[in-house]
Amino acid sequence: MFKLESRGHDSKLLAYASPLFAGVLTLICGSILFVLLGKPPLETLYTFFILPISDLYGLSELGVKAAPILLCAIGLAVCYRANVWNIGAEGQLLMGGLVGSWAALSLLDAQGMWVLPSVLIAGMLGGIFWAVIPAYLKTHFNTNEILSTIMLNYISLNILLFAVHGPLKDPHGYNFPESALFSAAQELPILFDGTRLHLGAGLALLAVVVVWVFLSKTFVGFQMQVLGKDARSAHFAGFKDKKLVWLAFIICGALAGLAGVSEVTGPIGQLVPNISPGYGFSAIIVAFLGRLHPIGILFASLLMALMYLGGEMAQINLGLPLAMTGLFQGMLLFFLLACDIFIGYRVVINKRKPTRHIEPAVLSNPSGASTSNLAPPVSLENK
Amino acid sequence: MLRSSLKKLCSSLVFVSLIASVSANVAVANEAKKPLKVGFVYVGPTGDAGWTYAHDNGRKYMEEKLGNKVTTTFVESVAEGADSERVIKQLARSGHGLIFTTSFGYMNPTLKVAKRFPNVKFEHSTGYKRAKNVGTYFDRAYEGRYLAGVTAGLMTKSNILGYVASFAIPEVIRGINAFTLGALSVNPDVKVKVVWVSTWYDPGKERSAAETMILQGADVLTQHTDSPGVINAAEAKGVYAIGYNSDMSVYGPNAHLTAIVHNWGPLYTAKAQAVIDGTWKSENVWDGLAENALDLSPFNPVIPQAIQDQINAVKAAIKSGSLHPFAGPIREQSGAIKIAAGKVIPVGDLMGMNWYVKGVDGKLPH
Amino acid sequence: MDINLITNILYMTIITGTPILFVALGELVCEKSGVLNLGQEGMMLMGAVFGFIVAYHTESLLLGFTFAMIAGVLMSLLFGVISMHLNANQVATGLALTIFGSGLSAFVGIDYIGKGLEGLSKSNIPLLSDIPVLGKILFSHDILVYISIMLAAVLYYFFKNTRAGLIVKAVGESPESSEAIGLPVLKVRYLAILFGGAMAGLAGAYLSLVITPLWADNMTAGRGWIALALVVFASWRVERAIIGAYLFGFMSIMHLILQGFGVSISSNLLATLPYVVTIVVLVFLSKNQARIKLFAPVSLGKPFHSNR
Repeated sequence: MFKLESRGHDSKLLAYASPLFAGVLTLICGSILFVLLGKPPLETLYTFFILPISDLYGLSELGVKAAPILLCAIGLAVCYRANVWNIGAEGQLLMGGLVGSWAALSLLDAQGMWVLPSVLIAGMLGGIFWAVIPAYLKTHFNTNEILSTIMLNYISLNILLFAVHGPLKDPHGYNFPESALFSAAQELPILFDGTRLHLGAGLALLAVVVVWVFLSKTFVGFQMQVLGKDARSAHFAGFKDKKLVWLAFIICGALAGLAGVSEVTGPIGQLVPNISPGYGFSAIIVAFLGRLHPIGILFASLLMALMYLGGEMAQINLGLPLAMTGLFQGMLLFFLLACDIFIGYRVVINKRKPTRHIEPAVLSNPSGASTSNLAPPVSLENK
Repeated sequence: MLRSSLKKLCSSLVFVSLIASVSANVAVANEAKKPLKVGFVYVGPTGDAGWTYAHDNGRKYMEEKLGNKVTTTFVESVAEGADSERVIKQLARSGHGLIFTTSFGYMNPTLKVAKRFPNVKFEHSTGYKRAKNVGTYFDRAYEGRYLAGVTAGLMTKSNILGYVASFAIPEVIRGINAFTLGALSVNPDVKVKVVWVSTWYDPGKERSAAETMILQGADVLTQHTDSPGVINAAEAKGVYAIGYNSDMSVYGPNAHLTAIVHNWGPLYTAKAQAVIDGTWKSENVWDGLAENALDLSPFNPVIPQAIQDQINAVKAAIKSGSLHPFAGPIREQSGAIKIAAGKVIPVGDLMGMNWYVKGVDGKLPH
Repeated sequence: MDINLITNILYMTIITGTPILFVALGELVCEKSGVLNLGQEGMMLMGAVFGFIVAYHTESLLLGFTFAMIAGVLMSLLFGVISMHLNANQVATGLALTIFGSGLSAFVGIDYIGKGLEGLSKSNIPLLSDIPVLGKILFSHDILVYISIMLAAVLYYFFKNTRAGLIVKAVGESPESSEAIGLPVLKVRYLAILFGGAMAGLAGAYLSLVITPLWADNMTAGRGWIALALVVFASWRVERAIIGAYLFGFMSIMHLILQGFGVSISSNLLATLPYVVTIVVLVFLSKNQARIKLFAPVSLGKPFHSNR
């Protein structure tokens, strides 16, 4: 019988090794799977993970795909660090895209440097608006934000569909559910000629740095993390916990809104019914894969984006059905999520009851308040 | 210790895979000189038993007809947002000479990619924008709808027909109107009830919608959605239904009268052959029954021979061009003449249709 | 509207609500024990596809439903191992389960597209089904409708009157103190998760074997998410889950029926209504600290590190 035993401290070695371990497991299980399917395993894995980024164009597309996921995940990480369980990045993203599109369509004939920033700000405000609803409900009515944000995701999707089938429909578009194309003044500039890599990706990277600094170097960021670790101490320390909750939601809403408006003014160039294939949900997985750390999230979002690109590539080059790629992606995620256990725990292979350790991670976290099993954020950075 | 061995394992795996795939790629490149690579971008899974399924059947038909002159690739469930442009572009980059994009939402992404790949031919389905190397195609599904209307008009006893519709876009409204005109042409007393389900695909909801119309007296149903839910409902409740996209008789052996079947194969074959021959040009193909771009699936024997003959006669008339489903006089719901007698509806009106003909019950949602 | 129409609307309401009720009951038990499983869609799809495949080959609906439940249980076991034993975040694991389940179900079902099946027939309850109006609405359904209601009744009793029910609640309230007094927290949570999986699998098979006897990719079309909302709407009370499921069924049927009478409401805006109502209910419940404690499992979604 296997038993998990706390190490008593987080293993630094395994913190780095566990993604590798998950990767190896995926490679092995993936190979077995592909062999069973009659596909050459090595070539298939190569197609999944290396071919999509084997040239500059591929890398640029990786950036395009990762940008919205990264923005949302960074915002979510701020929330999760503060113990605010916002599942609503998807809705906030859609609202950002919708409000941004509305602004862009209102300014369709406008020219000048101010147009794009206005549209972007409108999008961010849209995201913020959608994020402060659960913030208000949580701080005033003590409403569980996991549940309210899940509901708000559906509401915003339906509002978006209503708008694109109705008021924001292109008047010259034969009644098809699409808005008019945005003008050049409203589109995000492309970073490298010949690619689709747009300013939104740059803004996402900026967000990584800013949030990193915010969390590790500012007092408010520190307060937020203390709130996440131990709400009681935060309260006794005199932190304004309600304000911190609002702030976390606003940051996430702004970033998710930016992701949405960057999609419509970037690669899409108009408002369409499906501006997001679930970026806000992918971002939740990414936030945890990245262990709620901005740099970790950067890598995790790139991996997530690579997985989608690889899935497309496997369909195009190997004729692997989509069902297969979904299966493979799910497997990879499971391994990544599961392997992190070894950072804080070790496997013991006998039945003898392990001696109890004092567990700092659990001690500082008496009610199991953090949903992250990993717990290191504060200590890692303040060292 | 563990880590270093892991690393070794990793790097050796990556190295082996690199070698293997590079050599494989070279081999593919050498072989791929000859056949035309044809790519397909699908909006749903090929297993949707509906719209995408029909397109994929077209692809298989083309593969069979053209044999080793073509190889095909398809990508399923491509979201109509930012992803579609990348998928289309990836197909173009990887040497595909002809790419079919099979959903309306791919219109602008197709045009964007086409600009960068002037030597690749693109065919976009259901849209209205073309370019030098982008053609558009659709079938005159409304001809099939008209025949379905004739069938329903002749088979109904209650004179109430039910139509399960997805979204109020011109393509769907055109189908409802053609169905109604067809039914009225053989049975001036029919009324067509329409229920909008606001989805292309939700078997359970489509079935519920069908049942609500059965409740309101409809005894022949049809659908402009992608699942066989409507057929299931009709079979369970003992009424008739006319399927869409592909032959759905397996889901309702008693209920299924016939189905309007897209037959994309011949068009795909012709387009691929044209690219191989160097005769491809950008055009709007809107083929109908005459070109065999769509058809009715085999009739259920429950339809009396006399009615089958009558439907076939109408079909022949449409094929020969002597009958146009949208030939005047056509009245709007208000009763006002929209298309005068002796005239045929202008193509622009068909493309952007946003009004109901007289005979459709209920208001068009906006 | 005549009486026949009303009868039929209510009849359809019950059928539409049944699969959602199954999933919601499963998720309710799961959440009561403090576990939030967002993998409902994935588990339902696996139930739908395995139910269909087994029924197709064995021509036995009973076996179909059984294997659907087994498929759901296996999926939920995967969720349990990763989120309980390996301590991964529940929300992330649930979402990954949905990705995995829709991929795997599509893969397994490839050869079953375009195949038909004789669905489950209605079983009129003798005598009772002859009662005018009520007989049709209540007593002429397929057997699973009755099972769903009986199941709800059992669960109601379970939470209200049994020690085991109290244990589940206690574990959901405070796993730490439950463990301290010697309750097997992990075991209870595992059982709750597996029950949730079985119900989701059954609900999936209800779609693929009863409502529309066929298999098609992603045929659940978001019902798992609706069930999730329903649990909240029901404020974790079994009796309210029944009402909520039928209310949802009623609303979706009425939306379709009213169109036939020329009433047309933007369906997108209408579709937001259940979620808006759910939020309102949630706010109402949580406004009062004492009241929320009566309903919502306090430790919902939070991980638990066993010290044993």
